Amino acid sequence: MNMSTTSQQLISAAELQKVRQSRYNSRKRLNQIALTLSLIAMVFGVFWLVWILWETVRLGLGGMSVALFTQMTPPPNEIGGISNAIFGSFVMVMLATFVGTPIGIMAGVYLAEYDTHGWLASATRFVNDILLSAPSIVIGLFVYTVVVAQFKSFSAYAGILALALIVIPVVIRTTENMLTLVPSSLREAAYALGTPKWKVIIMVTLRAARAGVITGVLLAVARIAGETAPLLFTALNNQFWNADLSKPMASLPVTIFKFAMSPYENWQHLAWAGVFLITVAVLGLNILARVLTRQK
Amino acid sequence: MPLQKNAPPVASKITVRDLNFYYGKFHALKGINPDIPENKVTAFIGPSGCGKSTLLRTFNRMFELYPEQRAEGQIVLDGENLLTSKQDVALIRAKVGMVFQKPTPFPMSIYDNIAFGVKLFESLNATDMDDRVEWALRKAALWNEVKDKLGQSGSGLSGGQQQRLCIARGIAIKPEVLLLDEPCSALDPISTAKVEELIAELKNDYTVVIVTHNMQQAARCSDYTAYMYLGDLVEFGETEQMFFKPQRKETEDYITGRFG
Repeated sequence: MNMSTTSQQLISAAELQKVRQSRYNSRKRLNQIALTLSLIAMVFGVFWLVWILWETVRLGLGGMSVALFTQMTPPPNEIGGISNAIFGSFVMVMLATFVGTPIGIMAGVYLAEYDTHGWLASATRFVNDILLSAPSIVIGLFVYTVVVAQFKSFSAYAGILALALIVIPVVIRTTENMLTLVPSSLREAAYALGTPKWKVIIMVTLRAARAGVITGVLLAVARIAGETAPLLFTALNNQFWNADLSKPMASLPVTIFKFAMSPYENWQHLAWAGVFLITVAVLGLNILARVLTRQK
Repeated sequence: MPLQKNAPPVASKITVRDLNFYYGKFHALKGINPDIPENKVTAFIGPSGCGKSTLLRTFNRMFELYPEQRAEGQIVLDGENLLTSKQDVALIRAKVGMVFQKPTPFPMSIYDNIAFGVKLFESLNATDMDDRVEWALRKAALWNEVKDKLGQSGSGLSGGQQQRLCIARGIAIKPEVLLLDEPCSALDPISTAKVEELIAELKNDYTVVIVTHNMQQAARCSDYTAYMYLGDLVEFGETEQMFFKPQRKETEDYITGRFG
């Protein structure tokens, strides 16, 4: 009796081994297929990315020169640079960030710390999500109607407003998310010392979430640095150096748009140089954002 | 039952009367009446969910951060009912300090972690502030370990050091009562021993209330012990008596591990 059970177990153990082996083989084949498919998908994606980067570097690097940074946009078939566009982009992106960041952070603080579950917060979150995914051309047209058409003049102010409207929802979203991640035990510890609420937020919660909030701002900057549509209807463009914010102002994306579409070879070269500059700037901002989050 | 349940024969710092506590509809504390003796260590023990942490969080009104929680009854500190006090809750919390289960160093330097709370209530000049920070860190038995790196981040310290930093931060604002919510449960035995020594020291100046899951800890470092179960205060008395001659069968069962 005992013997027979043992032999039965032996047989079944050997069979089990066989079954396991065949299961294992088929699993291994499936694994290889899945792995190959993933690899192809990865290569497909990276291929285009690398190609874009390569073209940008190949065509843009050739246009790098001192004149690019010192001279203004030239007429067709003349030598020049894109200094006015670089300056315009820099000024408008910087001011839009200065305007949008405090509003975004404060609204994010309100959503995360004050009215987390109320109807006003839910409504704000919903509207913010819509704004976050709104096509930038819609925002451009909106500012055109509200500002440009009213004052009957394209201006850098209008451009700054349009870019700030893109910054705000991004910053609201990241600020709220980052603040929500701060453990409530840290808040309680601050309250336990008798800290007033506003001070808990500024000194403890926002500090703990600092890296994440700054990352959100940097990503928003990277986003508006390449926006063309909202500037087309607002700041328009300017062939000359202009530091007056109430006048139309040149920007890299709009200049690139105009020059790349043109039939003139020197304009096309300048467009590629501009593309290269924007790519490097956005890449730099993204790397900076990554470094900041890693240090945390 | 002629049971000495809520009034140890010493001056009490906090007098609790008919305290009921609700998490939404859940009745977490059912009309309890403990008196917390002044300048003693009082330990609250009991199984998870018995309400001991809840009780602790009513002493500094920490529960008010969560709108669905509410307390009814009296918690009298220095002749005033904390629950209905018109006093700003920040001032109550300055008087009743709290240290939590997990160390919570603020995202700033060791020095600033201590100075932060002090600055909320006093404006000291630089030398006085230095003295206060050193005093608090010495009191928390941490000074020798951090005196050369006061400018470094508080989160770089070990778990035990972080917890002593939190205790130093709590006592730096000179509270009268110190609430400790399982202060050693995230610490190793050596750090635990240091914190327990510290607790014994602290009772000279403060009224200490400690919640703990560790019965040995309650026996080692408290003068009075209260056993709670399902929102009721089952027995409250001198620690020695509670551990060697408990008057209630339930207390004995819990302490000797025969519970449930």
